Amino acid sequence: MKKIFMITAVSVLSVTTAFADTAPSDVVFSDGAVMASLTTVSGDAAAGRDIFKNRKLGNCLACHMNDDMPKQQFHGEVGPPLTGVGGRWEEAELRGIVTNAKMMFEGTIMPGFYIDSGYERPLKKFDGKSILSAQQLEDVVAYLLTLKD
Amino acid sequence: MELKTLLTSMVIIGFSAGLVSAQADATLAVEGEVISTSASAPAFAENLDTVYSGWRFRKLETRSLQLDDFDNPAFVFVDKGIDLFEKVDGTEGKACASCHEDVEDFAGLRPKMPRVEDGTLVTMENLVNECRTERMGAEPWKYSGGQMTAVTALIGLQSRGMSVNVAFDGDAAPFFERGQELYYQRVGQLDMSCSNCHEDNYGVMIRADHLSQGQINGFPTYRLKNAKLNSAHARFKGCMKNIRATPYKEGGDEFKALELYLAARGNGLSVETPSVRN
Ligand code: HEC
Ligand code: HEC
Repeated sequence: MKKIFMITAVSVLSVTTAFADTAPSDVVFSDGAVMASLTTVSGDAAAGRDIFKNRKLGNCLACHMNDDMPKQQFHGEVGPPLTGVGGRWEEAELRGIVTNAKMMFEGTIMPGFYIDSGYERPLKKFDGKSILSAQQLEDVVAYLLTLKD
Repeated sequence: MELKTLLTSMVIIGFSAGLVSAQADATLAVEGEVISTSASAPAFAENLDTVYSGWRFRKLETRSLQLDDFDNPAFVFVDKGIDLFEKVDGTEGKACASCHEDVEDFAGLRPKMPRVEDGTLVTMENLVNECRTERMGAEPWKYSGGQMTAVTALIGLQSRGMSVNVAFDGDAAPFFERGQELYYQRVGQLDMSCSNCHEDNYGVMIRADHLSQGQINGFPTYRLKNAKLNSAHARFKGCMKNIRATPYKEGGDEFKALELYLAARGNGLSVETPSVRN
């Protein structure tokens, strides 16, 4: 009885997941990389560029220099410069790094941008939420892939 | 009350401007007397050789505001502190000055704070409020409020130039250990610890901010950002909110322990109160 119920549940789910995003806890990593896109809509590099510099979204520029943004006044130095990063890493690796950098770089300061649990004492309004949505994450990955020397 | 320290003048010797990727190679002096903005790191701070005051990491314009007390915007508040120190308040009809005739007698207190009394960790703010409630019959001041920071700045100033020398062994040890734990604990949605920024990355830019070691030898500190004096606990709270963590309570056990741990990390630096930061 239970089994039958589960099978119907799964088939209903597979219909919906065809259009839905992968939940943060369902993301599959291999060697720090994430092969499968988290969404069914391909990433928008222009949107990703905005997310990269937006202080309330990616704020990647807080830690990474990026020659693609000469008009932005302040570029951080905590992480490596991301100029040309799209030529150094594969798409799946970039997706893994931005989703949860700790899977690629043990103990890194870089936050996981698509994690919604496991952190301590979050401010209430961020509790149970990831920094970026699945689509925003794909947008950032699409943008990083445009950064070639 | 005469504050000869109000008339001190400070000069920078041998600064090198424009350094952004490391702490400035500068010396801060008061009336020709050098104020240590660096010291060798205490043995327990295994990942540091040298400790540096936050003053070293600020831009030249900000650093220079601290060179002369007439330029230092914190002194407007220190003056308020003098008024508050002399103001009678509470049911006993007393002012701070009724018992502490000369505020200069507090020279030497700041470098030893926080300290353990009868098994309790006590901060400067606690001492002030204890006098208010126990001896003056007055209401306690808000932990990081304007009256409190004005008076803790005035008291701290009496020790300016003295080396921070806080005890962290003996009965202070458990508080120190708790503080150390908190310093290295990752918190918030960004999942970072104090050490991630202030130990692993001091000297580099995090967007528009030049990361310092997060030392507390200059507190309460005047910030250009909010144009007032800020307590150490208010600063801890701000850093925690930036990493999207729920801050601990100002004046609570966690922040007091963190304060003791940070004070000990800065043992050997000079008291710089009231410092100027951005
Ligand atoms: C608080 C700092 C911080 C933030 C914010 C941050 N990163 Fe990082 N990032 C790092 C550090 C540090 C590394 C190097 C890995 C290590 O050794 O810890 C890194 C590594 C990387 C790498 C690998 C670079 C290379 O050349 O090997 C990529 C790609 C990257 N980050 C992308 C991003 C993106 C995209 C964002 C924003 C969505 C971002 N980072 C936000 C600190 C940060
Ligand atoms: C994401 C990075 C980051 C983290 C994590 C962080 N801080 Fe800060 N902190 C800053 C920045 C930026 C400043 C302002 C520039 C400076 O002095 O470093 C600052 C300033 C300070 C100052 C003022 C130093 C001075 O000289 O006036 C103190 C004290 C401090 N932090 C303590 C802490 C403590 C305690 C924690 C952990 C609860 C913490 N910080 C976590 C980024 C951080």
